[in-house]
Amino acid sequence: MSSTTLVTDTVTVFSRELRPVLRDPFSVVFSMIQPLVFLGLFTPLLPEVEGGSALQWFVPGIVVMSCLFSTSFTGSNLLFEIQTGAHERMLVTPLRRPALIVGRALKEIVPMIVQTAIIVAVCTPFGFDLHLGGVVVGVLILAVMAVGLGALSYTLALASKNTEWLFWTVQQTVLFPLLLLAGILLPVDDGPGWLRALSSANPLTYVVDAQRALFNGEFPASTVLAAVVASVAVAALGLAVGTRAMRRSS
Amino acid sequence: MTGMDSSVVHMNATMIQTTGLTRHFTVKGQRARAPRAARFSKNIVEAVRGLDLRVDEGELVALLGPNGAGKSTTLRMLTTLIPPTSGTAVVAGHDVVAEQREVRRVIGYIGQGNGAALSQRGRDELVSQGRAYGMSVRDSKARAAELIASLDLAAVADRPTSSLSGGQKRRLDIAMGLIHAPRLLFLDEPSTGLDPQNRANLQEHILKLRAEHGTTIVLTTHYLDEADAMAERVIVIDHGAVIADDTPARLKADHAGDRITLGFGSASDAARAAARLGGLDGAVVSTGGVEVEVRAQGGPRLVPGILRGLDAAGIAVESTAVSRPTLDDVFLNLTGRSLREGVVSLSNEEVAA
Ligand SMILES: Nc1ncnc2c1ncn2[C@@H]1O[C@H](COP(=O)(O)OP(=O)(O)O)[C@@H](O)[C@H]1O
Ligand SMILES: [Mg+2]
Repeated sequence: MSSTTLVTDTVTVFSRELRPVLRDPFSVVFSMIQPLVFLGLFTPLLPEVEGGSALQWFVPGIVVMSCLFSTSFTGSNLLFEIQTGAHERMLVTPLRRPALIVGRALKEIVPMIVQTAIIVAVCTPFGFDLHLGGVVVGVLILAVMAVGLGALSYTLALASKNTEWLFWTVQQTVLFPLLLLAGILLPVDDGPGWLRALSSANPLTYVVDAQRALFNGEFPASTVLAAVVASVAVAALGLAVGTRAMRRSS
Repeated sequence: MTGMDSSVVHMNATMIQTTGLTRHFTVKGQRARAPRAARFSKNIVEAVRGLDLRVDEGELVALLGPNGAGKSTTLRMLTTLIPPTSGTAVVAGHDVVAEQREVRRVIGYIGQGNGAALSQRGRDELVSQGRAYGMSVRDSKARAAELIASLDLAAVADRPTSSLSGGQKRRLDIAMGLIHAPRLLFLDEPSTGLDPQNRANLQEHILKLRAEHGTTIVLTTHYLDEADAMAERVIVIDHGAVIADDTPARLKADHAGDRITLGFGSASDAARAAARLGGLDGAVVSTGGVEVEVRAQGGPRLVPGILRGLDAAGIAVESTAVSRPTLDDVFLNLTGRSLREGVVSLSNEEVAA
């Protein structure tokens, strides 16, 4: 029997996670309904922006939002596998524990890319000005963030184990403050000081700011760098706590 | 894959050796009767208590015990899922704590739950499982196809497993446990929840595996007939400790005699008969209404003598029945409780859950 490495183990876990998505691509499209509803209902409410569509401001935020939604939900798949016994079965295989979390978290990138492509494709005919280079760089940064958020969601699932309500309570409690404080639906610039302070502690804020610039074809170095740092920090944190939780999982 | 030859050569090699294997769980429990301050204190559950166990290569061993006896906890320690609180376990030559990956590489494990995720297709899960053990994609696919055919899963292997029946899911679990042709296979309650036909079918598969590959098999069960029919060695576990360990035949011979049931015309006849039979060597006599029950070795041979003796004393016997002991009788004699009661209460719990 050939030997495995951390990389081959990660590929094994990644491909396993991806397989149901590939077998049933509509599941990704389905998860798009909510962001698209937000787009359809919010955009008409946005004030007219000088020299462009309100979509230019709103689309990057919606891209981050749909990434946040799907990555924060993803732990529920693991929770389900913990309850049925599939997770236990994998724990008894020689798969390295970090691979069990890294492979799963990396898979989050794929639906994120598909969702971004769909949002951009849907909005472009309605006046969204497509800057492909900026979108690609934005997606790269978001990919790192997706890995981190996915890993955190999986960690929450491992911690919840047999108490499903804990997972959903924490997920819902954290999700909306993160969303609102990142200035995705409304700008926080004009908010009170405490709100701006909270917002600046939210890593997603930096990612949203950078996406807005990048999706508009601008590359402000400091904004992009802040987003990279925030994403890498979330990914590092997520994978670290996730690996720790996976090693203790039984 | 180890063929018959190698299994014969290594027949006496030790496959599992545990010394004082112990596992405690801490549970936060409400103790209604405790003093107020201690009411929410943590309780220690001694799930497995000082297990000393040796299983040789090629053996088929059943761990038999009621719900909560510590069977799953034992298996979870032997398969590296949870570390022992104290004591050691060496599985296939490797320590379950210090050499987890080495242990994982050589064992197969079929847990109490279902191993395939509901969102996945059976064949995909089998291939992933093969990859997890370092098999190439091609080998994994070939092995998956082989197992799908031999476990009769061809019709359902390419459907999401959520649509499979309980029996089909369990066969898929077995297939996943076998993907890497392990030398040592653990099965936790493999046939729980299956109807009798599926259960028989599964038992047949397990026995075939053993006959063809000489796989060492450790399974847990609370089904008496399953332990009796399949295992050459039954380890009876209760409250986390081994209370008996032998072949089913020896267990019955040592711990439970045959049961001779005599029926009489009246309770007073029964009482008189019981008093006389009390002198019988090595027999345990009990009375219930008009019936007398005698437990003794070699029951069928004793009956003619018993009947003659009672006849001579003028006590008319109206009916006789002799039954061979079951493992339940063994358990009853060892613990004073019936395993069947445990089974009944378990299924109630399952219904309620
Ligand atoms: N994770 C756990 N936390 C707390 N108690 C547990 C845990 N796992 C098992 N137990 C307890 O340990 C005992 C043995 O359980 P188990 O090994 O599952 O028994 P069996 O498999 O023989 O039915 C039971 O009292 C059970 O409640
Ligand atoms: Mg059990």
